[in-house]
Amino acid sequence: MKGLAAILGAVALLGIVPLLTVSNVVLNFLVLVFLIALVGQGWNLLGGYGGQYSFGHSAFFGTGAYVTAVLQVRYGVNAWLGFGLGMVGGALVGAAIGALSFRSGLKGSYFALVTLAFAEVLRIVASVAPITGAGVGILIPLDLRPEALQFQSRAPFYWIALALVVMSLLLARAIEASRFGAYLIAVRENEDAAEALGVNATAVKFKAMTISAAITAAAGCFYAQYFLFVDAGIAYGSWISIEALLAPIIGGVGTVFGPLLGALIVKTLGELGKLATGDAPGLDLVIYGCVLILVVAVAPRGISGILSDFRYRFLSPRPPSPGAAASAALERDNG
Amino acid sequence: MAEPLLCVEHVSKRFGGLLALDRVSFSADVGRITALIGPNGAGKTTLFSIIAGSLRPSQGRIIYDGVNIEDEPPHRRARRGVARTFQIAQPFAGLTVRENIAVGAHLSRPARAEALAAAGDVAHEVGLGDMLDRPAATLTVAGRKRVELARALAIAPRLLLLDEALAGLNPSEIRDMAPVIGAIRDRGIAIVMIEHVMQAVMSLAKHVFVLSEGRIITEGTPDAIAADRHVVEAYLGRGAASRMMAGGGGRA
Repeated sequence: MKGLAAILGAVALLGIVPLLTVSNVVLNFLVLVFLIALVGQGWNLLGGYGGQYSFGHSAFFGTGAYVTAVLQVRYGVNAWLGFGLGMVGGALVGAAIGALSFRSGLKGSYFALVTLAFAEVLRIVASVAPITGAGVGILIPLDLRPEALQFQSRAPFYWIALALVVMSLLLARAIEASRFGAYLIAVRENEDAAEALGVNATAVKFKAMTISAAITAAAGCFYAQYFLFVDAGIAYGSWISIEALLAPIIGGVGTVFGPLLGALIVKTLGELGKLATGDAPGLDLVIYGCVLILVVAVAPRGISGILSDFRYRFLSPRPPSPGAAASAALERDNG
Repeated sequence: MAEPLLCVEHVSKRFGGLLALDRVSFSADVGRITALIGPNGAGKTTLFSIIAGSLRPSQGRIIYDGVNIEDEPPHRRARRGVARTFQIAQPFAGLTVRENIAVGAHLSRPARAEALAAAGDVAHEVGLGDMLDRPAATLTVAGRKRVELARALAIAPRLLLLDEALAGLNPSEIRDMAPVIGAIRDRGIAIVMIEHVMQAVMSLAKHVFVLSEGRIITEGTPDAIAADRHVVEAYLGRGAASRMMAGGGGRA
C-alpha cells in the first residue's frame, strides 16, 4: 500500500502547482516533464519490466500524434475521439512490430535495431506521404474550446498531463502486482527458465509491447493537442526515442516511479544547461549523454536504486545483506 | 494405466553433421525414479531439452500421457505437467526466492497473493523455508539448485526432469537432498534424473538407462548396470572392462 500512498502524495503535490503559480514557464516545464514521464513509463513497461530495450519508441509516439492530428484536420473527427484513436493506432503499430520481431525470436540488440529501423521507416514515410502533410507537417487549427481539447490557459493541459502520468503509474503498479507482471519480469531475468515454467514468453512480450505502445502513443496524442503542430522530425524523430529510454534508465528501470523521477532530472538539467549557455543547440543532448554515462557507471539501477539503498541501509529494521539484488527486492516490496 | 507416463520413441537429433541422438527409446513412469547416465557429451541434456520442448527432435516421437507432444512449445508442455531443472541453475537473479518460486506457482494460480503463499509452501518442502526473502543471486550453489527444484515443483508437475540436481553439492548437501527427491517421487511424480553422483543413482533410481555417443547402450536396475561391461567401457574406453577383469583392477 506504500506505493499507492506515494502515488497519491505525488499527485496532490503536483496537482496544486497551477493554483500556486500562473507562470507559464513553470507549467510548461512541468507539462514537458509529464510528457517525457509518460513516454518513459511506456518504455519502462517493455524495457524496464520486460527487458526488451527498444530504440524506436518514437514509432508509437509519432503514430499517436499523427493519428490525432490527421483525423481532426482531414476528417473532422472530434479531438477527444482522435486522442483515443491515436492511442489505439499506437497500440496497433506496437502489436505489429511486436508480432513481427518476437515471433521471429529477435532479442537484445537485434530487437533494439529493428525497432529503430521501424521508427526510421515511419519517419521517412511520414515526411513524403501527402496525408501526413509530407515535409510541411500538419497544423491543427486553433479552436480554444474544451470540446476540441484546447484550452485558454495552461492549467487544464497541466492537469490532463498529470492525470495521464498518474494513470500510467497506477497501471505500472497494478502490473507489478499481477501474474502478467511476474511473468514479464521472469522473461526479463531468464526467458528459457520462464518458458520451462509454463510462461508463453512470446505472448507476454507481445502484450507488454502493445500496452507500452499505447501509453507512449498517448503522449504523442497529447503533444499534438498541446503544440497543435506535428511534423515527421518531431513525431518520429529519434529525440523522443532517446528521451523514452533516458528517463527510466536515469530514474530507475523496472520501477514505478523511475520514469517520472528520471524525466524530472533530465528536463531540469536540460533547462539549466540552456539557461547557463544561452540555448546552445544540441547542448541538452550533451548533458543527457553525460548524465547517462554517470548513471550507468555509478548507479546502474538509477535514482530509485540509490533511494532504496539509502532506505535499506538507514531506515530498514531488517539485517542488511550484501548485493544490489537485495535492495532491488526491497525496492519492489516498497515500490 | 498400462502405458508409462512418458515414452520416448526412436528419437534422433541431428546438429548439422553431428548425430547427437540416434534412435533413442526411453520411458519413465509415475512413482519411480528413472536415471539417465552416461559420459559427458553422450546427449543426456539434449534428450532432456527434446522432452521439455526447447529442442525439436529430427525424428521420432515423444508420447506423454498418451499424447504426441513433440511439436508443442515448452510452455505448453509445462502446462501439461512437464517440469525441468537446468544443469546450470538459472534462477531469476533479481528476484527473491519466494518470487522465483511464485513464477512457477502462477501457472495454476492467477492471483499474486495465492501464488506467493503457494511458493512459501513449496519452499518449506525443499528446505528453503528460512530463505524466502533472500535474493536468489545471493544463494550458494546448493541453494540455487533447491530454488530450481522448488520452481519446477511449483507448477505441480507429473513428470519432473532433474538435470544434475546434485552436481556441485558437497557430500552432506547430497545427503540432505536425496530424501527430498525421494519424497517427491512418493507423491506420485515421475522423476527422470541425469546424474553423475553414482551413490545417489544407486540409492534412488529404480531403473537406469545408459546413454553413450547418442545411443542407449543398455538399461536395467542400478546393480545390473554397475556390473555391465558396456557401461564400464563407455566411461573408461574400449577394452577397459576386460583389462580390469584380467588385471584385477590393479592398474586403472
